[in-house]
Amino acid sequence: MNDTMGRYRTMIGHRLFWPIAVLVVMLAANTIYRPGFLSIELKDGHLYGSPIDILRLSAPLILVALGMTLVISTGGIDLSVGSVCAISGAMACMYISKQPDQNSLTVVLTALAMALGVALVLGVWNGVLVAVIGIQPIIATLILMVAGRGLAQLITQGQIITINSGPFRGIGLGHLLTLPLAIFIALAAALLVAAFTRRTALGMIIESVGGNAEASRLAGIRSGRVIFLAYVVSAVCAAIAGFMMTANVSSADGNAVGLWVELDAILAVVIGGTSLAGGRFFLSGTILGALIIQTLTTTVYAMNISPQTSLLFKAVVVIAVCLIQAPAFRAKFSRRRRSAPPPRPVADKPKEQVPA
Amino acid sequence: MTTGSLTVPRRTRFRLPRRQVPVLATLALLLVMYGIGVSQYTAFSNVQVIFNVFIDNGFLLVVAVGMTFVILTGGIDLSVGSVVAMTAMVSADLLQKGLPAALVLVIALLIGPTLGLLMGCAIHFFDIQPFIVTLAGMFFARGMCTFISGSSIPITDGFWTRMSQERIGDPRGNFVSISVLIAFAVVLVAAYVLAYTRLGRNVYAIGGNPQSALLMGLPLGRTRIAVYTISGLCSAIGGILLSFYTLSGAPLIAVGMELDVIAAVVIGGTVLTGGSGYVFGTVLGVLVLGVIQTLITFDGSLNSWWTKIVIGGLLFAFILLQRLIGIRYK
Repeated sequence: MNDTMGRYRTMIGHRLFWPIAVLVVMLAANTIYRPGFLSIELKDGHLYGSPIDILRLSAPLILVALGMTLVISTGGIDLSVGSVCAISGAMACMYISKQPDQNSLTVVLTALAMALGVALVLGVWNGVLVAVIGIQPIIATLILMVAGRGLAQLITQGQIITINSGPFRGIGLGHLLTLPLAIFIALAAALLVAAFTRRTALGMIIESVGGNAEASRLAGIRSGRVIFLAYVVSAVCAAIAGFMMTANVSSADGNAVGLWVELDAILAVVIGGTSLAGGRFFLSGTILGALIIQTLTTTVYAMNISPQTSLLFKAVVVIAVCLIQAPAFRAKFSRRRRSAPPPRPVADKPKEQVPA
Repeated sequence: MTTGSLTVPRRTRFRLPRRQVPVLATLALLLVMYGIGVSQYTAFSNVQVIFNVFIDNGFLLVVAVGMTFVILTGGIDLSVGSVVAMTAMVSADLLQKGLPAALVLVIALLIGPTLGLLMGCAIHFFDIQPFIVTLAGMFFARGMCTFISGSSIPITDGFWTRMSQERIGDPRGNFVSISVLIAFAVVLVAAYVLAYTRLGRNVYAIGGNPQSALLMGLPLGRTRIAVYTISGLCSAIGGILLSFYTLSGAPLIAVGMELDVIAAVVIGGTVLTGGSGYVFGTVLGVLVLGVIQTLITFDGSLNSWWTKIVIGGLLFAFILLQRLIGIRYK
């Protein structure tokens, strides 16, 4: 009994417990509502089904959220990712649309390289503002968030640019080994970031900078450089996500691409248990968070609710997850629960020390 | 923190009080932009151009005033645009259902502050980041808009149309709408509250340093909840003004307005970490945004996206300015 209680507590206490529980509940609700929800079938050598769709559609969000996790863990925030998505998508589509042969692989690769280059510049801009000039991150990136939409429209001249390029469309809709290519791109990015942060000291350095940039600097870490790097990585992730978003619809709309993705990404990061104050980050939590958001969106679509109303559900989920994770709320809740049977706390004390 | 105040005596040649430099810079910028407008376009010198800036941005002004309170305490309120839309939407919907205008007005004006109060409580009691709480509030309010109706609802109520069409002006034909007067009233009340009341001093104190404020015995929680409620109230008033202006409620109106509002507040010289700024600066910030739009409209050859780029550029310039004159940043 003691042991099961302890195990139960560690499970509840695990930082990924609540996100996973929410995801499972949502999937279960979907399956009850539509029994075929979880079924996956093989058609023309590709796997199809709602779970695959959720994975594919959440790929851009996962990418953006990965970059965002790094930025947030340094104690910053990057509001400009949506604009970076729009700019990189617009840039790539603009270049491809101007070429005679849109299906040529070299054209697409050049376009991607150019757009990535622009994204790098934007990331450097954010990084310089935050790390070198020392502007508060939320405002520094707000500049690019506002101006970036304008830049994206400047690139497309306010038009929606439609392209007809097979290789480019492949980024969003292509398949590899029966699964959508987008999933692999997101997975590769996640593994790459995880390898760099968790297999080297980089992750710990980022966390220490997020905990206290000045103290880390005094301890010999180049805090400025780490923060700078986080913004550049975030911009690059956003650019790749931008390619996916534009490739999904084979067109670039400076106004609509990546609209509100920054909010979704921040949400995913927070749902995943990363504190907005910086100092700790959980990549697995972030990916779960992104999946939760996409599942929620898909659920709302599947249940025939207006897409805009899905925001209501999002609001409820955000508040619920944040409240559950807020230490103040937990403390209040558990204090009340514990105070209900008065003799309990005395008996509880030795129990708590056993697993510790 | 202390280095900022220690460096003050070093530069004695700076006669301008540092706190006011950003506001004065905004004022100078506004005058320069107006000067450019007048020198380029003959019609620009018409007084009505200025009045129109106020008429077109009255609701923005009111919302920005509320945001100033929140930002002064070091918080942020992302929900304002959605609350504006929700207020307009609720009033349009209730009017369509035949409720009397006075009752609708009261209900509409209660929704915003209630949401603000709830968000303030969540921020204070559960210690969740303002950014996340107000983000949820933004989602909620925007979701409510589409929940009420997926399409725009026209307002035909007599009171609303009268408020919309009433022109107050001089015999030469220059006029302002009632909304502008309401906006001015809100600005004056807010300026008074911030400068001369206990609540106002608490707001500045908490923005300057919450720990010190708490140790001084200031009501941290009450003030914090109050500013989000005030911001909600201002958004509600802004929503009413917007419904006067457009005579309709649309679910997707005022999308992204929170960014314009934050930009106006920052350009107006309020520091985003809190503790320093004026309502007057916010008025100037809104005017700068309005004059940019007017200039771009007058030019005709520039496209609307230049507005965003220019606002971004100005944001950058002002933040750099605040940085250069050494106002404390986190």
